[in-house]
Amino acid sequence: MIRMEDLHKAFGPNRVLRGMTLHVPRGTSMVIIGGSGSGKSVALKCILGLIKLDSGKILVDGKDATKGDRDAFLARFGMLFQGGALFDSLPVWQNVAFRLLRGSLMRPQDEAREIAIEKLRRVGLKPEVADLLPAELSGGMQKRVGLARAIAAEPEIIFFDEPTTGLDPIMAGVINELIREIVTEMGATAMTITHDMTSVRAIADNVAMLHDGVIKWTGPVAKMDDSGDPYLDQFIHGRAEGPIEAVR
Amino acid sequence: MNPLSLLAQLGRTVLQTLAAIGRVALFAFGAISHVFRPPFYPREFGHALMNVGWLSLPVVGLTAVFTGGALALQIYAGGARFNAEAVVPQIVAIGMVRELGPVLVGLMIAARVTSSIAAEIATMKVTEQIDALITLSTHPMKYLVAPRVLAALITVPLLVGIGDIIGIAGGYVVAVQNLNFNAATYLRNTVDFLETKDVISSLAKGAVFGVISATMGCYYGMDSGRGAQGVGRATKSSVEAAAVLILAANFVLTGIFFSV
Repeated sequence: MIRMEDLHKAFGPNRVLRGMTLHVPRGTSMVIIGGSGSGKSVALKCILGLIKLDSGKILVDGKDATKGDRDAFLARFGMLFQGGALFDSLPVWQNVAFRLLRGSLMRPQDEAREIAIEKLRRVGLKPEVADLLPAELSGGMQKRVGLARAIAAEPEIIFFDEPTTGLDPIMAGVINELIREIVTEMGATAMTITHDMTSVRAIADNVAMLHDGVIKWTGPVAKMDDSGDPYLDQFIHGRAEGPIEAVR
Repeated sequence: MNPLSLLAQLGRTVLQTLAAIGRVALFAFGAISHVFRPPFYPREFGHALMNVGWLSLPVVGLTAVFTGGALALQIYAGGARFNAEAVVPQIVAIGMVRELGPVLVGLMIAARVTSSIAAEIATMKVTEQIDALITLSTHPMKYLVAPRVLAALITVPLLVGIGDIIGIAGGYVVAVQNLNFNAATYLRNTVDFLETKDVISSLAKGAVFGVISATMGCYYGMDSGRGAQGVGRATKSSVEAAAVLILAANFVLTGIFFSV
């Protein structure tokens, strides 16, 4: 479904992606792991067109992601941002129903609100939360609202950027479980970037290890522990010694 | 220092400045073009009208009333040196409408509105809200920039008009209460002396200053660097740029309207 071929991206002298190639089949959950600054977020943002590639090709269903109707393309995606990225000035329900209140997916306000409350319920939040402002919510609740927004328009593809960062282990577990359940019941294709190994085991069908701008290893999550790849081994066991320099 | 490296440094600075002017010009052109192209966001536009226009009224009113009052006192004191105290109403009117009204309102808008737009948009950028807007199929130029620029284009001339009236009223109160001017004569002299061109130039300056203020706030907000420092720098730069551009535009517009 999503095919990334030989992606290159540099910011000045800093070459972040150096020929990244990866295939994410339809209906599967791919988790990209790698150290901080390895280019995971950049890869995700390149797919969405938030960052322009220097070279390489991104194909979604065989079509070049950089060409064609941008709105129609983005309407297929949902994204949960690392910090939630909720709009401060809008109440929670309008954040969740943002896409349903404007543009090609616009619905009547009452219907959009109903859908928003239903999605909030799906992520374990009570309807009373709907009229609060994002600033009135805890970090975990903000993540859940972000998740509700990501799934509000029932997208085919959902991206999760560090979904458990900054959460306590229990809340992280709740978010991981929610992501797994939602992706399964929606039949969506999911791409998650994280360095939380608990998340990886909870969410992933397949795992890809990104290091130095290239995919060092990719395969099913079940084969991750005996991959034989020194980079992946060092990363999943959190060893300071190995091919990945501890000080970057 | 080597003269060649000095020259190179000068060249780099000139090129960087020209590039920055080009970027701002392209951004301003883009912002104005998005004002006229759908989709439109009436709710955002309504909020911007409130923020730029209605909520700026108190600061504009206070600035104008004190300026008008002080102007009346200054002109009276200055005019007394050559027995010309009677020109207070005329000079207050012309001073407020042609220059002080638009410039002070413009600068107050730069301080209040430009800074708040820049800080808000920069914070949105730093917290990935701009990226979120894009992934939700919403163009940030249309959703964030166009409503603010349009709201400033409409409301700042109105604020300037109100500021002119309040400024003249401030001068009137001081002249009548403290300087023993006849109220009816003061008003007649004010109205008789002002020309349509004075009022039009005042409102036109307001429109230009409004567009400058909103555009600079949006540009520096969207161009912000990372973190709290990035937001702070964006806010500071937006106000500096808006204030300087307002004063420069005022000079140019005054030349256009009143050159002999």
